[in-house]
Amino acid sequence: MDRRDFLKRAILGAALGPGLLRPTIAGTRSRVVVSVGKGRLDEGAVGVLLDRGIEVLFGAKAKDVWQELFGPGDVVGLKVNCLAGRGMSTRKELVGAVARRLISAGVRPEDIVIWDRANADLRKAGYRTNRGGNELQCYGTDEVGYYPALIQHMSVGSLFSRILIEQCTKVINLPVLKDHGICGVTLGMKNFFGAIHNPNKYHDNAGDPYIADLNTLPFIRQKTVLTILDGLLAQYEGGPPYMPQWTWPFGALLLSKDVVALDYTGWQIIEKKRAEKGLPSLREAGREPLYILTAADPQHRLGNADPSLIEVIYV
Amino acid sequence: MLWTRRSFVKVTLSASAATFLPCLVRSYFPRFPREDDPTDESLTEARHYEKLPYKKIRCVLCPRECVVDDQERGYCGVRENRGGKYYTLVYGKPCTWHVDPIEKKPLFHFLPGTKAFSISTVGCNVECHFCQNWQISQIRPEQSTDYIASPLEIARAAYYTGCESIAYTYAEPVIFYEYMYDCAVEGHRRGVRSVMISNGYINPEPMRQLCDVLDAVKIDFKAYTERFYSNVCHGHLRPVLDTLVLLKEIGIWFEMVYLVIPTLNDSPDEIRSMCRWIIEELGPDVPLHFTRFFPQYKLRNLPPTPVKTLERAWKIAKGEGLNFVYIGNVPGHKAESTYCPSCGRRLIYRIGYMTEVEGLRDGRCVYCGREIPGVWK
Ligand code: SF4
Repeated sequence: MDRRDFLKRAILGAALGPGLLRPTIAGTRSRVVVSVGKGRLDEGAVGVLLDRGIEVLFGAKAKDVWQELFGPGDVVGLKVNCLAGRGMSTRKELVGAVARRLISAGVRPEDIVIWDRANADLRKAGYRTNRGGNELQCYGTDEVGYYPALIQHMSVGSLFSRILIEQCTKVINLPVLKDHGICGVTLGMKNFFGAIHNPNKYHDNAGDPYIADLNTLPFIRQKTVLTILDGLLAQYEGGPPYMPQWTWPFGALLLSKDVVALDYTGWQIIEKKRAEKGLPSLREAGREPLYILTAADPQHRLGNADPSLIEVIYV
Repeated sequence: MLWTRRSFVKVTLSASAATFLPCLVRSYFPRFPREDDPTDESLTEARHYEKLPYKKIRCVLCPRECVVDDQERGYCGVRENRGGKYYTLVYGKPCTWHVDPIEKKPLFHFLPGTKAFSISTVGCNVECHFCQNWQISQIRPEQSTDYIASPLEIARAAYYTGCESIAYTYAEPVIFYEYMYDCAVEGHRRGVRSVMISNGYINPEPMRQLCDVLDAVKIDFKAYTERFYSNVCHGHLRPVLDTLVLLKEIGIWFEMVYLVIPTLNDSPDEIRSMCRWIIEELGPDVPLHFTRFFPQYKLRNLPPTPVKTLERAWKIAKGEGLNFVYIGNVPGHKAESTYCPSCGRRLIYRIGYMTEVEGLRDGRCVYCGREIPGVWK
């Protein structure tokens, strides 16, 4: 067995091992914190929202939480969503605030990797790509390539970004709150389509069950410590590209340890906005994001999509 | 036929030429720098799409008819909407090319013993779990280091390597439609013909237009059940049947390949029903190749097809009245050769990709005079 086979087996072994059957969060109540701000949201103001959200989510001082979750030796991937250019990608202010807190917790700047699918996407969204040196790292999978063994799991068979498989020990998922023309919404779980080489193959049936299946992979589930949904500017129609006429300044960050509960909450916020604007519901539009419910079913048990089990706290 | 020393040397030399000639033209095509994000100006606009409100488009090239938002791509991953205009990202960017025997496609009734300048880009509009070329068919352009080769350069390369045809093959040529079309036009200007090796998953109008510039088509017929198409290939059966009927109606030469996969599409009933459909809709003279499956890509839990299973399929097809039935991926099998349906004599002898035309003259059996359908010169 060569190194590649060994690693592949280790990855898949973990996927099929008891970890998959162990409920992550399902069965217990999940907390989603919506930390809302007002006015101009520069990095300082976003940092305040972030700290407030973290404190309510974990019930501890933000600084202690960051130190508890991260520390020296961690290589932390910040998975941004950059496909929609400057208008509707993960805000640099949020990424900057997160990176600052990681550094305060003892993570070296060069061990923080801001990443998405391609350098070009990152640049279009306003990020300065950089690899090497002792500053923050920022690059796409195209810079380092995909881990060469095909990883097959449930309905998904893909090559995965080396950044996710080989480089990061922990991941903070930083998606954007927005509508999606095929899958209904693109939030936390769907953001990992940016980690595989063939996302175009998994949009059929509004992404169901592919998105849920993908997220059961242990290296996604176990490495993702936190999901922070960027709702500073949100979009309720016309996504995933940036359509300014359908955005609204929601001014919020949504935080949760349960990505399914977070996605469910984001979905409901978009539905509410659509109703307010006189648009059909996502079900009526033929793109209800049922993959979110699938992610909570007994086969996936990635989290809660039952509103009675989700505590949404606005702060 | 017994291989004489002379015929063996001749065939070996021509096989070696096919192997070494690419070296001569290897430097012909530079590589496309992977990091470069092509500008809109350097891209070729796609054909067969409709503009929709809010910069969306609907691609009508293949039956998926993807509705694609601005900055997004269709299912095949090689066509991108930029500001409401749809572009092909693979025009002029083959990821691979080889000089192959035409028998490798396989096309057995099309210029036997000739070479085909074979090209492909990345991408595919289905996802067969048994794909043997998934490393190119299931990736996106930015994940490959492609060559740069205009249609004119492809036609010239085909001509200078002594190829009688350009074959669009390996992945799925439907998704590089514009490039294939223009290469075929350039090829014809130099007397080089064009053959498309396809899954047949294409809409009728683009197929009809394409036939104006093609000389032959080979369709990979995956199975005769919708269940197989949807579960194993992420496609549908009906459009493929429609394409086959259309090819018949147009009158272009075409052959069919059926990859026999143990337990999934090898039941005698399915094969019999398929043969009946072929005879009824396409006639008994369409060559049908039963080829052997080997575990690949996502289908690794099944064994290679037993030769006996292929022989059973062959018998069923012959029994139903098909005139030209072949067994593929089993080098040396006697069903690799072409026999006259009237007198039963061997007309074209094949071992693997080595071919000897021994009983065919002017498209007729030299023994009994029966016309043998195909493109022979
Ligand atoms: S060719 Fe590609 S983009 Fe066009 S309909 Fe087919 S899969 Fe979709």
